[in-house]
Amino acid sequence: MVPLSSYLAVGACLFSIGVVGLFLNRKNVITILMCIELILLAVNINFAAFSHFLGDLGGQIMVFFVLTVAAAEVAVGLAILVSFYRLRRSIEIEDINTLQG
Amino acid sequence: MLESAFFYLFASLAVVSALAVVLARNTMHSVMALIFCFFNASGLFFLLDAEFLGIILILIYVGAVMVLFMFVIMMLEVNMAKLREGFLQYLPVGGMLALILLVELIAAGSSGVFEGKVAEHLGGDVNNTAEIGKILYTKYLLGFEIAAIILLVALVGAVVLTLRGRKDARYQNISAQVKVRKEDRLRKVRM
Repeated sequence: MVPLSSYLAVGACLFSIGVVGLFLNRKNVITILMCIELILLAVNINFAAFSHFLGDLGGQIMVFFVLTVAAAEVAVGLAILVSFYRLRRSIEIEDINTLQG
Repeated sequence: MLESAFFYLFASLAVVSALAVVLARNTMHSVMALIFCFFNASGLFFLLDAEFLGIILILIYVGAVMVLFMFVIMMLEVNMAKLREGFLQYLPVGGMLALILLVELIAAGSSGVFEGKVAEHLGGDVNNTAEIGKILYTKYLLGFEIAAIILLVALVGAVVLTLRGRKDARYQNISAQVKVRKEDRLRKVRM
């Protein structure tokens, strides 16, 4: 029998790896998007684990919604990336400074 | 016993492939590692009696999202060596932050608050998909509809963002056609 804390540890590991990936790949937008996917996956594992151990299906519904929002986010993010590439022929973060943000 | 073995197999492979996502030199290798990570996470979902979500994870993420990533990477001509510059520059601060986060999260998870909850596996006669359907279309109906609207907005937004009108395309201007009068087109010529 695998305890709940083991699943939480897996989620914590994936979450931390995603966060460190955000720091390491600061120039590559595609890798940053993939790290966000990793973070969301960690959250999903936690939701599913709590859903199983508390006997409540609501957690699985939440995973469903997180998946939906993540898919929408990736679609829009990659569309922005493609249109930016057409404009500048580059996807470096440092070139995205037109708004001086 | 078998369950623990499978859990450790899936968990270790998921963590290793997540590390590969972050550390891979080539972005395409990162995508492959992320696909492998999703397969292992789907295995974890199966261990948690969430069969529907395990299948959905493979179908949506591996089948749609990661293919989209690959498509974009192949379409854009990107200088990878330039993107890797400064990779190790942020390793100390990022690694420190992630390590603190990891220690805190694991300490919180194994602090004993969540102990004592033992879940028996559901039998083979319980249909996970049917149960999710029952609760999704009754209690969470509003959230379901909002999710549908979010997907529609993302669909339209992605199309609008990448749409590029061709300069040399020929259009039919209906209103100009309707507004035209006889004097504009017809000219009497005396022979």
